[in-house]
Amino acid sequence: MVQVNPGFIDQVGQAKTFNAAACMNCGVCSAVCPMGIELLPRKLFRYVLLGVEDKVRENSATIYSCLLCKMCEVNCPAGVHIAENVRTLRYYLYKK
Amino acid sequence: MPLPTGDTIGILADNLRLRKSVLPIPAGVATRWSRGLNLPRGGETVLYTGMMYQLIPYIAAMSKAQGKVEDSPLANFVRLGRMINKVVNISGFMARPARDMQVRYDGMLVGIARLLEQAGVEFGYLYEEELYSGALVYDLGVDDVFAQHAREVYQTFRKKGVKNVITVDPHTTNMLRSVYPQLIEGYDLQVRSYLEVLAERLPATGPAPGGADVVIHDSCVYARYENIIEPQRKLLAAAGIKVKEPRDSGKFTLCCGGPAESLFPKKALERAAIRVAQLQAVSRQGVTMCPICLVNLQKAAGPDMNLRDISEYLTQGVRP
Repeated sequence: MVQVNPGFIDQVGQAKTFNAAACMNCGVCSAVCPMGIELLPRKLFRYVLLGVEDKVRENSATIYSCLLCKMCEVNCPAGVHIAENVRTLRYYLYKK
Repeated sequence: MPLPTGDTIGILADNLRLRKSVLPIPAGVATRWSRGLNLPRGGETVLYTGMMYQLIPYIAAMSKAQGKVEDSPLANFVRLGRMINKVVNISGFMARPARDMQVRYDGMLVGIARLLEQAGVEFGYLYEEELYSGALVYDLGVDDVFAQHAREVYQTFRKKGVKNVITVDPHTTNMLRSVYPQLIEGYDLQVRSYLEVLAERLPATGPAPGGADVVIHDSCVYARYENIIEPQRKLLAAAGIKVKEPRDSGKFTLCCGGPAESLFPKKALERAAIRVAQLQAVSRQGVTMCPICLVNLQKAAGPDMNLRDISEYLTQGVRP
């Protein structure tokens, strides 16, 4: 059972640039991540789109572990702005 | 327990807001590298260090201190440290840089300035008026503090009549060339890495003969954010260095782990060790083009590998 906040994507801010909906869950990002982060970005971004705020907040260490190195982004076939999306989540967490 | 993320970021952001740098250092230390070079003050074209090379010895010292705090009961006192830091700069007490490291990193900036002079580039320097770019605070997502700082940096350039900025490291290049224009209306600075400036001015004589085999570590930011991949290879070849490519290279370079350093020093070192293994599989001599990559990889490699900044290789043929 999870609590869903439909307005969460707007609270994260910059909803127009948070282009996680383009993700097609192919898993390339997880496969190439030098930090071995399995959660980022596909699952985490889905939590944002679904409004599962608690899941995002309880994974803050993972969000800050990302190197922003763009290895995932350069391999992403859907053109998701992964690094900028992660930075957007950091801004949200810091404001909280 | 790990370092408390919010308070650690808070200290860095407070430092940028209050003291104009994530790790404040005396102006005399930041500009010491330029002594004796007689660089003009300001001008339309300036060499902008963004203080990255000068900060590295302090970051290394701070990282050592953080490593002792991480996973120890001392981590509980980071919140208290943030409160004190708002009044007194505690990073000044925590980060005691090694003198030999300061000499080496200052020397890299001297080398860059001499390379530009030798290539016929006319440039000035802002000396103590130069500010840090804010790159780390941007990466950590403290956008409000960063945006305010970015505007101050830009205003400094404008007041001095600067039109062209030559940068020396990938993070500063990315901030001034790709990030600031998104935040500042009417932003009109032309920003180029010194590697691009030098590569453009290379005589068309082809690679110099001889030279050592050196494995190249591309910076993620140069390669994937700024698409700067070829200039460094051309410059090294012209200097007679035989560049060897590691398993992950160019646009698909493997991160050194450095960006995790401020919050997760142990993770950063683990990632660096993986990259060092890739590099060592090719050569024991390595070249980097980012001071953060250099310090992080060297820490993981220890004495088993000789890593040098690209400026150190390129200045081998430049007279002092």
